[in-house]
Amino acid sequence: MKKISTVFILFILSFQAIQAQGKFFTKTGKINFNATAPSSPEKIEGVNKAVTCVIDIKTGNMQFAVLMKGFEFERALMEEHFNENYVESSKFPKTEFKGSVSNNATVNYTKDGVYPVKVKGKLTMHGETKEVETDGKISIKGGKINATASFSVAFADYKITIPTLVSDKIAKKANIEVDCSLEPLK
Amino acid sequence: MKRSYLMGSLFLVCFLYFQPIQAQDDLLALVGPDKPKKERVKYAFKSPRVINGHSMEFLNPGTMDFRILHRFGPLDQGYKNFFGFDQANMRIGLDFGLLHNLMVGIGRSNVKKEVDGYIKFAPIRQSTGPGNFPVTIALVSGMTMNTSPWEFPDQKNFFTSRLAYYFQTIIGRKFSESFTLQVSPTVVHNNLVASQAISNDIYALGVGARLKVSQRIAITCDYYHNFNGLVEDLTFDPLSVGVDIETGGHVFQLHFSNAVGMNERAFIMETTNSWAKKQMRFGFNLSRVFQISKKKNK
Repeated sequence: MKKISTVFILFILSFQAIQAQGKFFTKTGKINFNATAPSSPEKIEGVNKAVTCVIDIKTGNMQFAVLMKGFEFERALMEEHFNENYVESSKFPKTEFKGSVSNNATVNYTKDGVYPVKVKGKLTMHGETKEVETDGKISIKGGKINATASFSVAFADYKITIPTLVSDKIAKKANIEVDCSLEPLK
Repeated sequence: MKRSYLMGSLFLVCFLYFQPIQAQDDLLALVGPDKPKKERVKYAFKSPRVINGHSMEFLNPGTMDFRILHRFGPLDQGYKNFFGFDQANMRIGLDFGLLHNLMVGIGRSNVKKEVDGYIKFAPIRQSTGPGNFPVTIALVSGMTMNTSPWEFPDQKNFFTSRLAYYFQTIIGRKFSESFTLQVSPTVVHNNLVASQAISNDIYALGVGARLKVSQRIAITCDYYHNFNGLVEDLTFDPLSVGVDIETGGHVFQLHFSNAVGMNERAFIMETTNSWAKKQMRFGFNLSRVFQISKKKNK
């Protein structure tokens, strides 16, 4: 009896290990942010190269975490304004997305290829949580996942106000491009 | 015995099965918490100057700050001089950020046709996280040169008489998002002083503070206590109270001050107006920061 239950437990433990393998992650994902108004003489864009992302391929659940202070801008003053005046990064240091791939069943994670996906979930930024939905792509190559998506967020939805004085430079919406290469989580 | 084993394994099965379900709720927890990093405390002041004096803040590397300073006449002259607006003194300056803790600057004031330059360096900056430090310590070394014609051209004049130096240590801390306080012990050395009663070395202690009232507006205060250089009823401690307003690319520092001088030597030693006599002046600093080289890594 003792042996049997030990074997049984071992079996369950190995099963558990397989389940953990069903998750992929990165801590070096990339997010591009562009809020350049059409009339702006200068580009207002930043990049964050330390995005954390975890995907559970079984359920299609995915989560992202971004430290707002990690956004880098070409001009130091823009970075200062981004942190100090707009996203208030010391008050709201992290932006998170928790959602899932709605058509997860159509993605064959074991076969190389590019799969269009629909992602839906909640984005929490600047203390505000809003539903977002976007189209993206999941590419499988050699057991690794590359997830990309592009969508836009309206600043007003997240209580980030753009003064009229700079409204000719900063758009009302920011285009967000996500690009994450994920590896199996062990 | 048997039963307890069975129960035990059942319990384990349940437990193990539950775990992955829980984990799905918070996938991010699976990759572990972010390691706390040592981070420099930024944006203690909106500008590298509190109002007149240096602040604990530095320009970002690769940027240039073009500063235009105006000081109007004293308010007590009333309507006759349009409350001081008929008269204006100014300084034009260029400051450069070289490293996150190193900057230099040069400027020229119309008062005494004075040119000034300085170098400012912070060996330690306030930081958070592991190995943090509670304050920023910055050192400033500056020089001023009076370029106006000699007062007594007939006598033998020396070039060195035109020069004065100042050395300053700034110890400052950003206590919270809104409040910053700094003290700055300062020595001003004049190669030539007007009379024997005045020492060549003047010691002063500066106090600067900022209170942020909104994302773009802050109240500032800048005071220097002069220990040994004041002449009774003739010179006074400079006190400035102002508002920093940030508008995209510019920072406006609007203020009232009894100081006319716009470099350390001038405002510490030659403030001839007094708040007590209502001789404060309106003034503004206009700062425009340009990115002149590609942003270097922090």
